[in-house]
Amino acid sequence: MATLFEYAPAPESRSIVSIAPSYGLFIDGEFSEAKDTFKTINPADEETLAEVALAGPEDVDRAVAAARRAFESWSALPGSERAKYLFRIARIIQERSRELAVLESLDNGKPIKESRDVDLPLVAAHFFYYAGWADKLKYAGFGPDPRPLGVAGQVIPWNFPLLMLAWKIAPALATGNTVVLKPAETTPLSALFFADVCRQAGLPAGVVNIVTGAGDTGRYLVEHPDVNKVAFTGSTEVGRAIARSVAGTGKKLTLELGGKAANIVFDDAPIDQAVEGIVNGIFFNQGHVCCAGSRLLVQESVAEELLDSLKRRMATLRVGDPLDKNTDVGAINSAAQLARITELSEIGAQEGAERWSPECSLPDRGFWFAPTIFTGVTQAHRIAREEIFGPVLSVLTFRTPAEAVEKANNTPYGLSAGIWSDKGSRILAVADQLRAGVVWANTFNKFDPTSPFGGYKESGYGREGGRHGLEAYLA
Amino acid sequence: MTATATSRLSGLPDSPADLRTFLHGLPGVDKVGVEARAAALGTRSVKTTAKAHAIDLAIRMVDLTTLEGADTPGKVRALSAKALRPDPADATCPQVAAVCVYPAMVPFAAEVLAGSGVHLASVATAFPSGQAPLDVKLADTRDAVAAGADEIDMVISRGAFLAGDYAKVFDEIVAVKQACGSAHLKVILETGELATYDNVRRASWLAMLAGADFIKTSTGKVPVAATLPVTLIMLEAVRDFRARYGRQVGVKPAGGIRTTKDAIKYLVMINETVGDDWLSPDWFRFGASSLLNDLLMQRTKLTTGHYAGPDYFTLD
Amino acid sequence: MPESATRLSVRKTYKLYVGGKFPRSESGRTYLVDGDNVSLASRKDARDAVVAARAAQPKWAGATAYNRGQVLYRIAEMLEARRAEFKALGVKGAEVDAAVDRWVWYAGWSDKIAQVAGGANPVAGPFFNISAPEPTGVVALAAPPSLLGLVSVIAPAIVTGNTVVVIAANPQAAVTLAEVLATSDVPGGVVNILTGHAAEIAPWLASHDDVNAIDLAGVDDPELATELERTAAGTLKRVLRPVSLDWAEDPGVGRMTALLETKTVWHPKGF
Repeated sequence: MATLFEYAPAPESRSIVSIAPSYGLFIDGEFSEAKDTFKTINPADEETLAEVALAGPEDVDRAVAAARRAFESWSALPGSERAKYLFRIARIIQERSRELAVLESLDNGKPIKESRDVDLPLVAAHFFYYAGWADKLKYAGFGPDPRPLGVAGQVIPWNFPLLMLAWKIAPALATGNTVVLKPAETTPLSALFFADVCRQAGLPAGVVNIVTGAGDTGRYLVEHPDVNKVAFTGSTEVGRAIARSVAGTGKKLTLELGGKAANIVFDDAPIDQAVEGIVNGIFFNQGHVCCAGSRLLVQESVAEELLDSLKRRMATLRVGDPLDKNTDVGAINSAAQLARITELSEIGAQEGAERWSPECSLPDRGFWFAPTIFTGVTQAHRIAREEIFGPVLSVLTFRTPAEAVEKANNTPYGLSAGIWSDKGSRILAVADQLRAGVVWANTFNKFDPTSPFGGYKESGYGREGGRHGLEAYLA
Repeated sequence: MTATATSRLSGLPDSPADLRTFLHGLPGVDKVGVEARAAALGTRSVKTTAKAHAIDLAIRMVDLTTLEGADTPGKVRALSAKALRPDPADATCPQVAAVCVYPAMVPFAAEVLAGSGVHLASVATAFPSGQAPLDVKLADTRDAVAAGADEIDMVISRGAFLAGDYAKVFDEIVAVKQACGSAHLKVILETGELATYDNVRRASWLAMLAGADFIKTSTGKVPVAATLPVTLIMLEAVRDFRARYGRQVGVKPAGGIRTTKDAIKYLVMINETVGDDWLSPDWFRFGASSLLNDLLMQRTKLTTGHYAGPDYFTLD
Repeated sequence: MPESATRLSVRKTYKLYVGGKFPRSESGRTYLVDGDNVSLASRKDARDAVVAARAAQPKWAGATAYNRGQVLYRIAEMLEARRAEFKALGVKGAEVDAAVDRWVWYAGWSDKIAQVAGGANPVAGPFFNISAPEPTGVVALAAPPSLLGLVSVIAPAIVTGNTVVVIAANPQAAVTLAEVLATSDVPGGVVNILTGHAAEIAPWLASHDDVNAIDLAGVDDPELATELERTAAGTLKRVLRPVSLDWAEDPGVGRMTALLETKTVWHPKGF
């Protein structure tokens, strides 16, 4: 678009982070090797960042055993002492936030401005928030003497590696549980750095254990008989399998799964902010967001005007080097995810939706996908029903508020939704009727440690964040 | 510029009620959203070659301003000289866009600027309050133009605007525009007194409908002057106005912009909202005084590679 | 009036309770319980009950909390009035009393649970942010056999705006309770009661795509419970696992909150 004023490259220095050639498993306060290893790469250039241990069943056994041993003393610790460990962790994260942000962008592909301005501040805030709960649990509304469950097996996704770790570990530790956490196969590094943060904080050995690996490692963990609590964030397919596997075991289970959120724009919307909200809703973090506003429902009377604005805005998105401070859209996290996005987009085109992307040159190496919108989409299109988990927006139209609500709810998912309107009573009425755990009105993709997050229907159950987030870890 | 109701509301609004309906029918502005967007644009990192380009562009966009009761012919001559040669030590340094002074000072600036290509702007219409009878405002305007000003920065009557008397504001702008003759008219909305972003958008449209060549944020005489969110709304307004009526209007944030870093944020904002068409002194100005020296110091830092000091730049 | 020796008593036919009506099983089947022929619900009856529950749900959830509380209190009144009938079915007077009191307890919760389970969240930004509980939708209940147990699983589910499909383990008491409900301003379809075998019907409800949650309170076969939980995972239904507890105890809020979703709404604040 603009040619008179081009920004020169503004790369964040990667020298602030020092990545070792290889990493072991963090069990019982020590790093230890496993039989097998796997590589984790930088999705922006496909270079190997490090070799990481692949935890097998015996490794998971060791980790769970360490967490079990640690549970006795950790759960017996006064809440005020547990709180201080969490406060320490929060502070160390703040102090190391630039290092961790660069690391996150390297391993995940997300733009540095997001890891720096969104992920890391929220990670620290989450630990601060739950630190404060540790000695106040009896006031949380879950009875006079709420007890921890024991060992929590936690499996997290690759889209917000450190933030999802914080969402899992902070409430678990605050409530007196111990943790075995498996980070995603493609983004293990920030969890391993977090292990170092735990050591720096003097956290007792075994309270937090990190086992790296792929799907099998996660399965060993959630199926481990000595795990009392399973928390999973990821795809609905895997969530379903986990729910099946814990059936009959009595393990407490919370699931935060997929979504296909409707972002509803009414004709009286604050249009420029709505455009920003749409962009933020679907292109934030390359669209690798379970609560992404991936279905734009726009009132027919303003559809054309809105789409013109949206396209103009999309043309200013800067796609490229995640470490460049001016990058808006970074790399797709993996070849597999890129293949999925590509496939679903091709299906969208085959099914007759009209595809549009702004002109943008993509780097030769690494995994990239230009921001894309499909117009002329109906509820019958696969791209309106399936989670794409990429920078691809499906645009549908509606005529009346009732039709908007009906279409928004016409999905097995129910994680989030957006409403754009200047009319208060309409916002409240629509918010009431949407079957979604988070409703953003005249904003989108906002997160806060005090604000419960989680879905209806096949988007999972249980809430993370806020007072509600404690419940998953208390008996 | 008023339209006749010849076809179904396709022309410009005419009656006071039409005008109100039109202005209140513009899309609302969400405060949190617009401020977040402005802040996000403010995080762009502009370095090296891009920064050098931006600094020169910003210098070329400066309306070098002095609007003090203590202004004298000497002060104004010195300022005008600086406008022509901002950095006497560096011939590659561009001239500023204009000098902006009170009407009484116009003749002294005109002496220096004549034939230079640097425009001469004058605030008129009972600046800064706008609280004077219309004929006084018009006389003020005509005098300034007669004395050599080719740009007039008028203030709107905020009182009338806030009282909902949009027609009065509209008619005043039309009258002043007429009094300007060939001089360009910049309409100062005094956004710091308009209280809401919705009002900023409405006032922008009102001024453009009435014939403004530029819309300008502030007089610099009230506590809140130019801000990024306000400028963003005004840029969106000129963008949408051109899309609708085909006429391009310029934007001038004024007051409170003191550093190169600030100025670059504005340039980034133009770049990413209205684009190339406004990236020129013909369509975007900074109303500022101390900004120029900071731009010059940063410019010198880029050329010499070391940090500059104020003793090496002229005071005016 | 004393029954005369010559007058034959009129017996009650125990039928299902679906959509506010008392139909026989579509299968035409009955089973003998304590000498009575009771409709034996089939999978198709379960299907019909889900349709009725789904149809009734939005309006029931949309009623004011005050109104739902009134309706629950009305159930207590009607149940109180039928003490003798339940006693005749062998339910002890104290249990009927406890069941009445349970309705009263939950009636009072209708307009309080949202305040206890929800609230404003102090987010770090210029946003109004509030979390409020909402009913999860249609709930399948495998009820425990006692009257008090039955009431103790239905009441917390419906008081918040869910509608239920109940598999009753104590048919006569359950159908009699249905008659109480039918005369208590409970809109048709809010409570649907199927008499029959959990082992036969529950799997169909556990696998039903239009059921949001399943409460296994009355499933005493652990293998069946596990199988139902596993089946329910197909659409990620909320599952309340079987419990062995004394229904006379303070019920707490757990059964209500387990069948609630938390919705969090954000809105910017600014002039």
